[in-house]
Amino acid sequence: MKKLLLILLAGLWSSQAIAILTIRITTEAGIEGLPVAVVPFAWEVPGRSPDQDVAAVVGADLERSGRFKPLPVEDMLARPSRGSEVDYADWRAINAENLVIGRIEPYGDSEYQVTFELFDIGKQERITGYQFQTKRRDLRATAHHIADIVYEKLTGQRGAFSTRIAYITSVNEGASNHRVTLTVADADGYGPQTIIDSAEPLMSPAWAPDGRRIAYVSFEKKRPSIWVQEIFTGRRKQIASFKGINGAPAWSPDGLKLALTLSKEGNPDIYVLDLERGSLRPLTRHYAIDTEPAWSPDGRYVIFTSDRGGGPQIYRVPVDGGKEERLTFEGSYNARASYSPDGGMITMVTRQEGAYRIGVLELASGQMRVLTDGSLDESPSFAPNGSMIIYATKIAGKGELAAVSTDGRVKQRLALQEGDVREPVWSPYTRKKAQRN
Amino acid sequence: MIQTHPTKLALPALLLAALVGCSTSPTMDGPGAPVTSVDDTSTGSYSAVEYFGANTDIAREGGVPEGDEFEEEGYYNDAGGATTDDLNAALNIRTIYFDYDSSEIRGDFRNAVIAHGMALASNPNLSITVEGHCDERGSREYNIALGERRANTLRRLLLAQGAMENQIVTISYGEERPAVLGSNEQAWARNRRAELIY
Repeated sequence: MKKLLLILLAGLWSSQAIAILTIRITTEAGIEGLPVAVVPFAWEVPGRSPDQDVAAVVGADLERSGRFKPLPVEDMLARPSRGSEVDYADWRAINAENLVIGRIEPYGDSEYQVTFELFDIGKQERITGYQFQTKRRDLRATAHHIADIVYEKLTGQRGAFSTRIAYITSVNEGASNHRVTLTVADADGYGPQTIIDSAEPLMSPAWAPDGRRIAYVSFEKKRPSIWVQEIFTGRRKQIASFKGINGAPAWSPDGLKLALTLSKEGNPDIYVLDLERGSLRPLTRHYAIDTEPAWSPDGRYVIFTSDRGGGPQIYRVPVDGGKEERLTFEGSYNARASYSPDGGMITMVTRQEGAYRIGVLELASGQMRVLTDGSLDESPSFAPNGSMIIYATKIAGKGELAAVSTDGRVKQRLALQEGDVREPVWSPYTRKKAQRN
Repeated sequence: MIQTHPTKLALPALLLAALVGCSTSPTMDGPGAPVTSVDDTSTGSYSAVEYFGANTDIAREGGVPEGDEFEEEGYYNDAGGATTDDLNAALNIRTIYFDYDSSEIRGDFRNAVIAHGMALASNPNLSITVEGHCDERGSREYNIALGERRANTLRRLLLAQGAMENQIVTISYGEERPAVLGSNEQAWARNRRAELIY
């Protein structure tokens, strides 16, 4: 077997300004989120103006989930920042079901202390309260953290606002000034950071389960090779550069292996690469196309796209050997599948009357639902809490990102000011739970 | 397997000279001589021009699809073989278009690919990169695989003409390198292609 190339290189960091994604939310008519009042946090830091409107970030997060409707600040009859200041009548009057208040105080020379409290207006009781010490530059991250806690307390489901997304952008596609960029940003599109940019195609970003590394395909050597890069240091190494296709990297849930597509034996098959040992083993062996592997959350199965039955369909193979089994039977085109975090569903690209859309298949019932109505939708990726699916779409000939709630009710569009954006992938959870005060 | 690739020559004129001026058999010296699929070599020697002409006759009988770029005036000479101009035209075709979801070489492009294969066979110093491309529809990695299938179809036909393995490099760009932008049938048709790059 060929020895794997393990080359350590400094990452290629770009200093150029990065376009920011702007987000628009559309909720299906007639469906309203729960009214919640997020009061502007009191800024109690003498001699310094606010770095960040924490309450606005919290409110936007909650709204983006589609499950909440933040009430306008101008409708509020009071602006409490401490539990002792809360008069429930003020909030019943504007039909708020829940109330979030908070304040920001100095903590040492360069840090803040952020306190927030959450109330149930109907029951007239305090649900929870937390206190954080945070660096000034991390105030926005703290706001997402607060939104996560509020979301979890009120829905019972863990919030995914502190997560990030990776995506590919390209500018001047087709022209000589062609730039392709792999970018990582907060889940709300804020704070984009270039991971790598290139004049050659970049493809198929995949988050490691630790949220600190990304695997991707780069054509920088005028042929495809697979790289793993640490997102905080920029250090990277090439992990596959065989003859033919080197594509579709997918991390095992334990982060120790990558499934990938290689065509070194003549046609595309799925292989499993042990990242520590560097050993490579074929998982599929078929003369048809086998590609786009994805692991089940328990690490026991890999699903993949194969056209062994004619058109592309989704198949499943046990990682430790066993029979390959077809999972999709509806429609003539199903591709690029991945599991929901609980393993109960897979999402994929599915063709319907010539249009490419995002579908979910419930594995237990075999029931397929189509969630989107575009004509060129692709690359679906579940949020780590399973509530939303982010995907790529085309609007007026331009590549944009969109997200849809797993039940199909809420849709968002994430538009880039310039160029095309595509191949979004949602990060795993990256934050540990906070200390309760 | 490590392969060495011959020096690249990006000269259509040289290509043409190699092909048209070839009055001897394209037999190579030493090991690694090309194996051609041509079975009509009973005379012991054939020229690329003759073979090319014979092949187009077959294609003509079988009915070449519409839009055939070979049906231009002056394509066939009186003797039924291809003219220098015809070959020039064939070798100038560097982009091979495909039907939707297909990696089969269309009838109207078959002769162009054959001409390139014979040019490679006649000139072992030439090398070629065959790029496979797809339109934007469907998933990206699956399209990488489809693009490779297109490139491999061309590669097999080039090899069948006597080109050698180490003269041909294939690569698939899937939908990552569209020739034209646009999300309509016209743009898609232009993007479903393989490019032959010397």
